[in-house]
Amino acid sequence: MPLTYQKTYRTSTTLSILVVLCVLIGAYYVYFYRDSAWLATLVGATHVPMARWVVGIVIFAVNYALLGRVPKTLQIVMTFIELFLLLGLFMTTFQLSLPFIRQKIGFLILQGAFTTLYVSAISIVIAFCIALVTAIARLSSNGVAVGIARFYTSFFRGLPLLIQIFILYMGFPQLGFVINPIPAGVAALSLCYGAYMSEIFRAGIQSIPVGQWEASRALGLHKSKIMRLVILPQALKIIIPPTGNHFIAMLKDSSLVSVVGVWELTYVASTVGNRDFRNMEMLITAAAIYWFMSIVLELVQSRIERKFSTATR
Amino acid sequence: MQNGTAYAITMGGVNKWYGQHHVLKDIELQVKDKEKIVICGPSGSGKSTLIRCINGLEGHQKGRIVVDGVELSDELASLDRVRGDAGMVFQQFNLFPHMTILDNCTLAPIHVKGMKKAEARDLAMRYMARVKIQDQAHKYPSQLSGGQQQRVAIARALCMQPKIMLFDEPTSALDPEMVKEVLDTMIELAGMGMTMICVTHEMGFARQVADRVIFMDNGAIVESGSPQEIFGAPRTDRLKTFLSQILHNH
Repeated sequence: MPLTYQKTYRTSTTLSILVVLCVLIGAYYVYFYRDSAWLATLVGATHVPMARWVVGIVIFAVNYALLGRVPKTLQIVMTFIELFLLLGLFMTTFQLSLPFIRQKIGFLILQGAFTTLYVSAISIVIAFCIALVTAIARLSSNGVAVGIARFYTSFFRGLPLLIQIFILYMGFPQLGFVINPIPAGVAALSLCYGAYMSEIFRAGIQSIPVGQWEASRALGLHKSKIMRLVILPQALKIIIPPTGNHFIAMLKDSSLVSVVGVWELTYVASTVGNRDFRNMEMLITAAAIYWFMSIVLELVQSRIERKFSTATR
Repeated sequence: MQNGTAYAITMGGVNKWYGQHHVLKDIELQVKDKEKIVICGPSGSGKSTLIRCINGLEGHQKGRIVVDGVELSDELASLDRVRGDAGMVFQQFNLFPHMTILDNCTLAPIHVKGMKKAEARDLAMRYMARVKIQDQAHKYPSQLSGGQQQRVAIARALCMQPKIMLFDEPTSALDPEMVKEVLDTMIELAGMGMTMICVTHEMGFARQVADRVIFMDNGAIVESGSPQEIFGAPRTDRLKTFLSQILHNH
């Protein structure tokens, strides 16, 4: 079945196909999760498992064939919507209590999502600075600086973030500093992500042609000024877009700081859920909030990327 | 160093290796003040390396290089002084793509010489006018043609008011129709009494401008003389072969 682009299709046709698809999804759902008595009367009880597969494959094929009749952009959107609806149907199998979710979602967002966002935002800013310094140290002619940078990246890339959080939270009091959960979490996230991001920064700095260094040196500029005035402004255009990607990843990794008692989204969700024995409600709500935040950030990031790729070179 | 004839550049017994590869062999070269020198030779003969040693972009392992009375060493102070005296123009222009033409030209005067912004701007506009690029002051390098970019690179180097200009194959990366505008700029510069060392295969330019042509092969200076001697009466087979090759290509 070739998926070809056909201009002649009207929106009305595609819309009707969309409806058909939704119906098909409904059928899929009924087929899997309601009783299959109608199948049993049709093919006999012994053949029900086989018949399920056949019905499933037929539905999938019809669905795919219909999708083949719409333009590609619509194919993408419809496939996304279909999968999203299927996911929604899957969620209903948990028999979630919607009133409970409605009652708690405000707290989840105001306390949990807010903390998650600001812990991540502070951490990414610190990580950015750490990564910059580390990358410059890695490229320095000073062996001590290179050694420190290497040890740092090796250590923080080599340990699970969860263990880093514990070590920082439990370790600092041993040295005589009592550290609060949020600073501990921010420190762990910044140090871990700074280590990863320093590699991107290093690659970004190294991607600037050597001729830029030579021209600057020939003009009499010193290293630090070359870095600040010539290399970094160009390298940052390469470095900033992937930072957005790391921020999206950090948003979810920040759930790990819940282990030291930071009231971020995951911690709030599981605490509230435990209290009323409604864990699934809260976890799924938290998941939806994470996903929503990620989608928004992805949109922001793609705008940043577009801006940087069209900027005057 | 100011005894008798003032040499702008003196190279004595200069040797350089890349690992095992001997790229410069016992280079002896004296460049008088205001002298114009063209260096030619096959690719890999060490001519670019030679002029890159003059402003310390490349280090040398043996011998001395004295530029305007300052001996090149690893010390930053000597490098700074030499680079203040010698401007350089590269084959690939190496303009700063994130800055306007004007900012390209004022960067070093402001950040190396500590000039005031307005002062640097006036200076830059003056040199940009000299290479006839002043109308493009607020454009970015990518908006200019190759020939214009190379003229900007020349203006950028001139803004440091050097005594010596080093050109490393300034027209090799240009489309043929843009070579002339860059050469004309360089000829004008030569007319103003600048000491110039230029790595190029443009024989017309060499004939018109050069006081001396140096032919290099395999890391050594093979022949040196007036353009008439080098192009009209080559003594070595290597130079004869080289000349027949470049004549063939032109």
